[in-house]
Amino acid sequence: MPDSYFYRYDAHDRALVAERVAQFRDQVARRLSGDLTEEQFKPLRLTNGLYLQLHAYMLRVAIPYGTLTSGQLRALAGIARRFDRGYGHFTTRQNLQFNWIRLEDAPDILEALAAVDMHAMQTSGNCIRNVTADHFAGAAGDEVEDPRIWAEIVRQWSTLHPEFSFLPRKFKIAVTGSPRDRAAVRVHDIGLRLHRDPAGAVGFEVIVGGGLGRTPMIGKTLRDFLPREDLLAYLEATLRVYNRYGRRDNLYKARIKILVHEIGAERMRGEVDAEFHALRGTALRLPDEVIDAIARQFAAPALAARPARSEDVERLRARDRAFARWLAANVTPHRVPGYAIVTAALKQLGAPPGDASATQMDAVADLADRHSSGEVRVSHEQNLILPWVPLDDLQALWRALDALGFADPVAGRIGDIVACPGLDYCALANARSIPLAQRLSLRFGDAARQQEIGELKVRISGCINACGHHHVGHIGILGVDRNGTELYQISLGGDPEAGSTAIGEILGPALTEERTIEAIEAMVDLYLATRVAGERFVDTYRRLGADPYKEKVYGHRA
Amino acid sequence: MVTVHSGSRAVPSALSPLPLDAWLLDLTAAAVSLPNTASPDLLGDGLARLELIALHFPKFNDGRAYSQARLLRGRMGYRGELRATGDVLRDQLPFMLRCGFDSFEKADPPFGEAVRAAATLFSVVYQPAEDNRVPAAELRRLATAGAMAAAAAVSLG
Amino acid sequence: MAKNLRGTHQIVTANRLSDGVVVFFTRSGDWSPDFNDAVVADDPAAAETLLPRARGAATATVEPYLVAVELVDGAPVPVSMRERIRVGGLTFPVLAAGASRYA
Repeated sequence: MPDSYFYRYDAHDRALVAERVAQFRDQVARRLSGDLTEEQFKPLRLTNGLYLQLHAYMLRVAIPYGTLTSGQLRALAGIARRFDRGYGHFTTRQNLQFNWIRLEDAPDILEALAAVDMHAMQTSGNCIRNVTADHFAGAAGDEVEDPRIWAEIVRQWSTLHPEFSFLPRKFKIAVTGSPRDRAAVRVHDIGLRLHRDPAGAVGFEVIVGGGLGRTPMIGKTLRDFLPREDLLAYLEATLRVYNRYGRRDNLYKARIKILVHEIGAERMRGEVDAEFHALRGTALRLPDEVIDAIARQFAAPALAARPARSEDVERLRARDRAFARWLAANVTPHRVPGYAIVTAALKQLGAPPGDASATQMDAVADLADRHSSGEVRVSHEQNLILPWVPLDDLQALWRALDALGFADPVAGRIGDIVACPGLDYCALANARSIPLAQRLSLRFGDAARQQEIGELKVRISGCINACGHHHVGHIGILGVDRNGTELYQISLGGDPEAGSTAIGEILGPALTEERTIEAIEAMVDLYLATRVAGERFVDTYRRLGADPYKEKVYGHRA
Repeated sequence: MVTVHSGSRAVPSALSPLPLDAWLLDLTAAAVSLPNTASPDLLGDGLARLELIALHFPKFNDGRAYSQARLLRGRMGYRGELRATGDVLRDQLPFMLRCGFDSFEKADPPFGEAVRAAATLFSVVYQPAEDNRVPAAELRRLATAGAMAAAAAVSLG
Repeated sequence: MAKNLRGTHQIVTANRLSDGVVVFFTRSGDWSPDFNDAVVADDPAAAETLLPRARGAATATVEPYLVAVELVDGAPVPVSMRERIRVGGLTFPVLAAGASRYA
């Protein structure tokens, strides 16, 4: 494999993944021969990322901390072509889902993943799931430390953890290294926020018991500052308390957030601390040399010194409005002068959010090689990120992304809709998500209007499990089924970022798809008419409160 | 029929474990069965006299006994037989062995061969547990330290 | 799947074990990917005997269940959106209009 600027598998990692593939091949054979019942097999296939959906099996591939080499992206494209219908879906947890998989092929697909140091372990099941992190990690200007170092340490510790593979419910961990939280750490089972103590040492704020789903909750800070060498001891302590005391009598009350809620943050902290004191200083302590050896693998590519300003870019910006809009929305300042972070928006007008064809994946891989040191990221907003782009390459990259349909200037805007697969694919869904996302995207397709509206996060889930993160959308939309009719419940004011994390408030009764689109249009118009300078949609909502929005949407019928 | 299969233990005990309540009334008995909701701390001083502790899996996906096993082995230093009872399936054996279980009660069909296979299914582990296997991170650290020592020896020589 | 029991008629469906394809229990006691082959139970009592029969023949399928259908011009149509999607497939074009050049 070519150079990469993140963790590289060694012989140990490759051996484990190969042995895991062999184990699953045997389990699939036992299922097909009838030795295993579906009840026995289901948790085995789930911990290998394999779901049975409406039309076929679905394989969820882990993309740890959302980071890929171009070669890995090409391998995913190859799998899409050979084993699926030529496309894949990037998810809100930085993973990739293949929708049309045969059980018989699953072991071969896992083998194809293993060949490029990837796997699908623990992307489902009641275990510690794939660890997520800031998609701008390493490239963002405001970072304390690269959170992926820690996500990798947690990935290894959690992989096939013998004690925590049959938890009461799934368990999601996210890490951020920036004050600007792009990993939504307050709505995870455990959120880790890297920061420095007054002496300059790096450690973690540990936030426990956040989550979306049926009972959305904002996590509680159990530790303000955990020294970095104690991270695994503290995680093991927390998971052990959860494994022992988390509820198992009711599926909907089994997440750690319910345990924290029921016993209270104080008692939870006490239980975890008692366990932590017994575990601290054991073999779980992380020696500096172990941390540093992993940290070295995340060293940024050697970027040639470049002028902080590109005259080419400035000339085109002044001349070409479409380019200027793209720069404003999809290009983010870089830690290194002369470089930029580019969002390839998988939000083409009217397309299913997060979907990419094999051809598109191959093309993005080529662009990453040409313009981004061969690296691609997946964001939880279902976009691809090119993190190491020289400013002088922006023009060529913009044209190439446009030819792929990935240059719509939507990042962070109303066109950057996040949506789960919904009832078109998902066995859990109550309503469809993608058709609504497509119609909304077309309704607000005008680029000038999007720019005028500014930042507005729209997030759609097809059921209460909230894979579309609707609770933390500025506008959240939840699909529900009322006596066989799909309706959509709107909530306003959600926010995923630590510091301002908020769960959206339900606006009123659920609406038909048609009326949902009208309602959003009316609320956007209200915002444009009443905003004061510098206010985003969500800021105006916070200032005005829900009443004017209710009036707009329901007033004439109330 | 229920059979007991040995893990690392040569011969499983023939003792019948007492339910916890009965054992608490007769602390001289050498075998107890602990429900998965009970804290291992309840065994108190009696732990030293125990030769067999049975931990229960009411369903294979109820993982509380994994934590009980690790506390008994790692925290409380229990060295007697630790037996998994209930819904014990072969695909969970690698986890059970790592948590310190060394015998397995299983209704037909027997799976003695599966117990032996489970011990070698994965050549790599990523975390310390109760089986004294060395995690990958520690192997890497030792390899680096060894390489540095060798390099130092060469430069000294 | 209690929510699917509202219709006047029932069929039995499942996913095929080997590849997950949607299949329907047929008159001949077999499974077919063609919805038109589905055997229709026309009252609750018939449905109650149909499901155990289907389960008995389910070695190569996953978790058979009853689906409520209505007869429209004599042809069965699933009552729920979920089951209509299982029969009819995705309700949107996989690629955006005009995006076929990227496929």
